[in-house]
Amino acid sequence: MPERNLLAEFKAGNIRGLARAISLVEQRDPSVRHLLEGLANGARRPRVLGFTGAPGTGKSTLVDALVSNLRESELRVAVLAVDPNSPYSGGAILGDRIRMQRHALDPGVYIRSMGARGHLGGLSVATREAVRLLGAFGFDEVILETVGVGQSELEVAAIADTTLVVLTPGLGDGVQMIKAGIMEIADVFVVNKADLPGAQKTMQEIRSMLSMGPKLSWRAPIVGASAIKGEGVDEVLAAVERHRAHLEASGEAAERAEARLKDEAADLVAEWARAQARRLLDQDEAVAGRLRRDRIPYAAAEEILTRAGGRLVPEAART
Amino acid sequence: MKVRYAKETFAEWQRQFEAAPKRSDGVSATTVSGAEIEPLYTSASPADGPEELPGEFPYTRGIHAAGYRGRLWTMRQFAGFATAAETNRRYNYLLENGQTGLSVAFDMPTLMGQDSDAPTSRGEIGHCGVAIDSLDDMETLFRGIPLAQVSTSMTINSPAAVLLCMYLAVAEKQGASMKQLNGTLQNDILKEFIAQKEFIFPPEPSMRLVVDSIEYCAKEVPRWNTVSISGYHIREAGSTAAQELAFTLADGFAYVDACLERGLKIDDFAPRLAYFFDAHIDFFEEIAKFRAARRIWARHLRDRYGAQDERSLKLRFHTQTAGVSLTAQQPELNVARTAIEALSAVLGGTQSLHTNAMDEVLGLPTDKSARIALRTQQMLAFESGVANTVDPLGGSYFVEALTDRMEAEAEAYFERIDAYGGVIPAIEAGFMQKEIADAAFRHQQELETRQRLIVGVNEFTAGNEEDEIEILRIPPRLEQEQVERVREVRRRRDQARAAKAVTELRKAAASPSENLMPYILDAVRAYCTEGEIMGAMVDVFGLYTEKAVI
Amino acid sequence: MSEVAAAGAQVEEPARPVRIVLAKVGLDGHDRGVKVVARALRDAGFEIIYTGLRQTPQMVVEAALQEDAQVIGLSLHSGAHMTLFPAVVEELRRRRAEDIVVFGGGIVPEDDIVELKKQGVAEIFTPGAPLQSIIDWLRNRFPAR
Repeated sequence: MPERNLLAEFKAGNIRGLARAISLVEQRDPSVRHLLEGLANGARRPRVLGFTGAPGTGKSTLVDALVSNLRESELRVAVLAVDPNSPYSGGAILGDRIRMQRHALDPGVYIRSMGARGHLGGLSVATREAVRLLGAFGFDEVILETVGVGQSELEVAAIADTTLVVLTPGLGDGVQMIKAGIMEIADVFVVNKADLPGAQKTMQEIRSMLSMGPKLSWRAPIVGASAIKGEGVDEVLAAVERHRAHLEASGEAAERAEARLKDEAADLVAEWARAQARRLLDQDEAVAGRLRRDRIPYAAAEEILTRAGGRLVPEAART
Repeated sequence: MKVRYAKETFAEWQRQFEAAPKRSDGVSATTVSGAEIEPLYTSASPADGPEELPGEFPYTRGIHAAGYRGRLWTMRQFAGFATAAETNRRYNYLLENGQTGLSVAFDMPTLMGQDSDAPTSRGEIGHCGVAIDSLDDMETLFRGIPLAQVSTSMTINSPAAVLLCMYLAVAEKQGASMKQLNGTLQNDILKEFIAQKEFIFPPEPSMRLVVDSIEYCAKEVPRWNTVSISGYHIREAGSTAAQELAFTLADGFAYVDACLERGLKIDDFAPRLAYFFDAHIDFFEEIAKFRAARRIWARHLRDRYGAQDERSLKLRFHTQTAGVSLTAQQPELNVARTAIEALSAVLGGTQSLHTNAMDEVLGLPTDKSARIALRTQQMLAFESGVANTVDPLGGSYFVEALTDRMEAEAEAYFERIDAYGGVIPAIEAGFMQKEIADAAFRHQQELETRQRLIVGVNEFTAGNEEDEIEILRIPPRLEQEQVERVREVRRRRDQARAAKAVTELRKAAASPSENLMPYILDAVRAYCTEGEIMGAMVDVFGLYTEKAVI
Repeated sequence: MSEVAAAGAQVEEPARPVRIVLAKVGLDGHDRGVKVVARALRDAGFEIIYTGLRQTPQMVVEAALQEDAQVIGLSLHSGAHMTLFPAVVEELRRRRAEDIVVFGGGIVPEDDIVELKKQGVAEIFTPGAPLQSIIDWLRNRFPAR
């Protein structure tokens, strides 16, 4: 698809326009600014659900079931399956679509697999812009799914309105989660495979861990589900709705939205500044020479910022 | 009697070995599965102990005291293509040429439990086997073949119960008694989840159907082999020999456990569980695998499950030469490969054997290539002399050592599977799938780096351009004819009876204590199609989607 | 721009990786080949989206569009390639996405390969094809920018 058609394709509601725009975001192409500012609803934000949990907890199956429920309410749903592992030479195998087969041909559902390849500073900047694009394209709900194995779930929680942590009985997840500090990011706990022995015990463990934590205005509910049997999915969504209502009522929704925008702006500044710094360091003999002489970076960094001045914005993003 | 080498003699050999020039071609001297091979095996290598004898526990040397001196293996060529009428003609051709048992290959829509007129059957009908939609097709398939007198093997899994019922219904129409029927149903759903991936229902209801058929046959069709527990597909998916052995036997034990849980008695069903292995190109490793399989099964059945009947302890198996070892390059060479593999099966003591046709890597076998494949077995049986003595390799230092190692490797895998809580949890966690994918990838890399050579593929390729080989093609009109046939069957039948049978089956499926076999048999007799019968069960059981293990 | 600057720019803007949808079309479940290929392509730096078993041509094309893939790789061992491979190409045409390259793997006789190429399938790899030949072919079609 020729790049010049991107805006037209996107506006016409062609899925390829959206898909390509997300690729540009993944590549950190600064020209995405023009696309988003050129759209009437470029600032429309979808509701964002974050899903995280250890491998094998059945996240994808749960997401699949949730998508079905949301579709019954005729909401347009996008799933971003984020794989934080990018081993070997930048390649990746992304296999999360498999569990969402039955939505494969539903035009109201968009599924996109994202690798972590090449994302400086993690996934958050690219993911945030992808969410923005999905909102502008007309999706009502965006589900961010990531395996909870490191940094990525914290980034997901920072972007999502409601973060669901998925656990299963008997895997000792509870303990792992506390160690990883993941308890703090949960707005809703889902104990999936709740028909397995040990489900009650797992729920009890979470409950007692929560009771040891600080008193918060929102107390994360614990919902049992069996995604594969389609059981408990309504309850999960009901818990999400309650959390959303709480965010609105408490004013936290507005606070979070503002904080997110500030993060986004700060991240953009950092990204743009970094790009210009690189350029000067590689191309400007004066800066490079100073660094060689000093052998300590502070003065060079100051010089870069002073010299770049108002020219920090990358050319492709300038208006 | 074992000859023992004096220490000095062995040391002298070792000196000479080390002094001798070594090959510098970089080709690995490990088995195809990667096991290290000693340059020499002596009487010190195999475990010392009383000499084993054929026909005696633990049957390492064979389940019959007389081996092939008593009875040759059954030459059973797997065949099926296009329509029931076409395949019926091929069966008659093979029987006329001296084949001694039938083996039915079904096409993909049949294997996946759907009718020929389903949208996703397009382009698949009759390609990998014969298309069977209803009892009507099954009647055509066995026209003129007295089922009371032949033995028939049917390679089908998810819908196995349905196809077995069709077979029983044909026999019924021929006037044969169920008690007379001889044959084997593959019916091995576990290896589908592990390797071949032709699953339909989730594991739990799938196992219920397997146990239903075992229970039913134990009573009604006592000479029928109810499950052919298969390593073949596990191996073809890229496993090592030890993985094939371990995962297959673990599956076997899982079926035993499921039957015991149902309340069946071990000696009432275990004698009718059979095995099906791959014969790959690594000659000695394969022989060791077959011998170890018998030993492991006998030991577990006796010591773990308390089987009393000797027939429960005796592992009987069918073998097929390795489809994956065939090359598209210089396909005539496949005749030689298949002969070597078939020989390993015979020396391993197989009960029946399928030899691949040389052109199977290119498409369906022609009459000529199918005949050459059968003739290869006949050469082994009647020309080569290998059937002349029982277990000719028993006591071979090398073979005995490999057999011991196979057994140990399998036992180690059993422990790892147990740690998951059994075969089904291990499948759901993707354990076996991952082991197999790793082995397949490793093997492919060894080929790329030429640590392993395959003639005509990564070495000795001169002559590859000359390939001109006739390929059997399925005329597109057969597909349309089959579609019309199934629609005609649906039009012609007693609609009320068919609808009632499906409703009854659906109701029974929802009640876990019902054995579904009689309900399926009724539906088959009423000319319900395979797709309708499977569909009724899907309504209750649901469909399974696997998690990707790459 | 100097070479140094070009290298610098690359750090900030990673080149678009080649995204490949790998799919099993048709009813057979033989996934040994497709899995081995998936791993090899990943190790060679490609981004693989594996869609799993029993995909219809519509599902494969939809996945490629949603994932912004430049390439579709089809694996099939059931003999239905003459029906299903062209059906994928046709579906791409219908969705105005002919620029997406389609290749296939499986047991495909020589005559069929010729016919499939005529119908718009870019390449077919048969059993025994070295993994490196697939990697080389892809790198040739998509030289690094």
